[in-house]
Amino acid sequence: MKTSDPCRTDAGEAAITLRGVVKHYGAVHAVDGVDLDIRRGEVFGLIGHNGAGKSTLFKMMLGLVNPGAGEIRIQGVVVNGRNFRRVRRGIGYLPENIVLYDNLSGLETLRFMARLKGAPRAECEAALERVGLAHAAQRAVREYSKGMRQRLGFAQALLGRPQVLFLDEPTTGLDPEAIRAFYATLAQLKGEGVTIVLTSHILAELQERVDRLAILAGGRVQAVGSVQELREGMALPLRLEVHATDAGAAHVRNALAPLPVHGMRWLGTQLHARCSRESKMPVLAALMALGNSVLDLKVHEPSLEDVFFGFAD
Amino acid sequence: MELQQIFTIAYKELRDRLRNRWVLAVAVVFTALALVIVYFGGAQQGTVGLRSIEFTIASLVSLVIYLIPLIALLLGFDAVVGERERGSLDLLLALPVTRLEVLLGKYLGLAAALSLSTLGGFGLVAVLLATQIGPSGLEPFVGFMFSSVLLGLAFLSLAVMLSVLARDRARASGLAIALWFFFVLVFDLLLLGLLVVGGGESGSEWFPYLLMFNPADVFRILNIFSLDDVRSLYGLTSIVPTALAKPWLMALVMLGWIAAPLAVATWRFRP
Repeated sequence: MKTSDPCRTDAGEAAITLRGVVKHYGAVHAVDGVDLDIRRGEVFGLIGHNGAGKSTLFKMMLGLVNPGAGEIRIQGVVVNGRNFRRVRRGIGYLPENIVLYDNLSGLETLRFMARLKGAPRAECEAALERVGLAHAAQRAVREYSKGMRQRLGFAQALLGRPQVLFLDEPTTGLDPEAIRAFYATLAQLKGEGVTIVLTSHILAELQERVDRLAILAGGRVQAVGSVQELREGMALPLRLEVHATDAGAAHVRNALAPLPVHGMRWLGTQLHARCSRESKMPVLAALMALGNSVLDLKVHEPSLEDVFFGFAD
Repeated sequence: MELQQIFTIAYKELRDRLRNRWVLAVAVVFTALALVIVYFGGAQQGTVGLRSIEFTIASLVSLVIYLIPLIALLLGFDAVVGERERGSLDLLLALPVTRLEVLLGKYLGLAAALSLSTLGGFGLVAVLLATQIGPSGLEPFVGFMFSSVLLGLAFLSLAVMLSVLARDRARASGLAIALWFFFVLVFDLLLLGLLVVGGGESGSEWFPYLLMFNPADVFRILNIFSLDDVRSLYGLTSIVPTALAKPWLMALVMLGWIAAPLAVATWRFRP
């Protein structure tokens, strides 16, 4: 049976559960009563403005900060409880702006981490191979570019074959090719059943890649769901883009005048406007009836950015 | 607590200091200074070369009491705050390690580096001395070497504590210098001042025990009381009662100076 609360999921389905999680720093309510379930094997996005409570929540899920109240479980085990080692052996973490040890080589860095994580030594070479750094294994990290450091950071997060991955702004410093390779690896990991929690300020990047996401503002979860669910939940208008001929612009204006189309903005013969999902078909029919007066017509779904600003503001 | 986690972190810290030649550089400094003192310590009296092992140790104590605390404080002041400021601490703490393991691992690694350079630097001098006075006469020098290690470990423990308490590296370095200034230069002057103001009358029986609150003084007592010939050369330590003048007791006090700051650091280094 599915639960109706989008923050919660059925018992056994959740890889991560947060119940009544609170963290106050003096008068600042960094996290203010968060209930959330992240399902096994899903790619889950965590987005919010700076200061929304995202980093604090991330740190609490990793056990770096203790909640003031509430409980966090990963794979059913309390994060900072007696079995914290079991929890941490099962997770991988890539922090934002990763800093590694400059005087160690890439391979030495991974061996150090692997030893602390209890991962087999042989995994280090494989992890370097997976992120495309095998050629730089023996080079000191101080000689690595920002993108190479980020990839090395990703490699260390993969040590010990974690069941849950926490990735904080994982594509920072990566070039477009490396970003594509990174998300391809993420898709493979998802296919292997790994739960992935990630944050990014580049919402367009998340839009196509997350199964669900949570929008945080003021230390609270404002919304949870897939991008489509959130769009529908907010009833955000669709964006129209109409390219008319010189003579056709006036016809377009007249045809749309009686219809519920808002925010009309003309750039020469190009019109940008918004309409509700319900009025989409009447609007399209009116424009199609104009025949050759309309050169091109595009209808855009609201972007994740539109959804985000709708909830976060 | 898992020993393997502690040793993994300690080994990394030690390897870092070996690789960047910190251990070698400090050992060379110790060797050079000790050789200068051994062979030219009596130059003012118109003689060069080894005078006696006691006077050599007395001269070395005067030097080491300034140098080792400074080196130890500089070595350890950014052990934790440095990693926190650079951003690598969160990554380390997200691994299956406890904060205590991280703290002990860092301390033991740095302690091993400092001990290696101290024993290596003075050990070389000990070998040279053995060729002149024979191995049997080296016992006080070996005692001096190990007490120097204890002195270094005590100040390293204070440095690691500062590193946990300080908000940033700049504050930690400032506090480290202030601590060195207090223990090495100010503390004894304060005690002497109090002694003079009191006319040497009131509280003179408990006064020597105040020296235990300074690891540098504990080190001085530890060395001076094993050398009767040079005890008279020192002012403040000459008032130390024989009840305190037991090397094992002073070594225990020094161990306390190692454990106490580490305990404070552990208490403060919580999530």
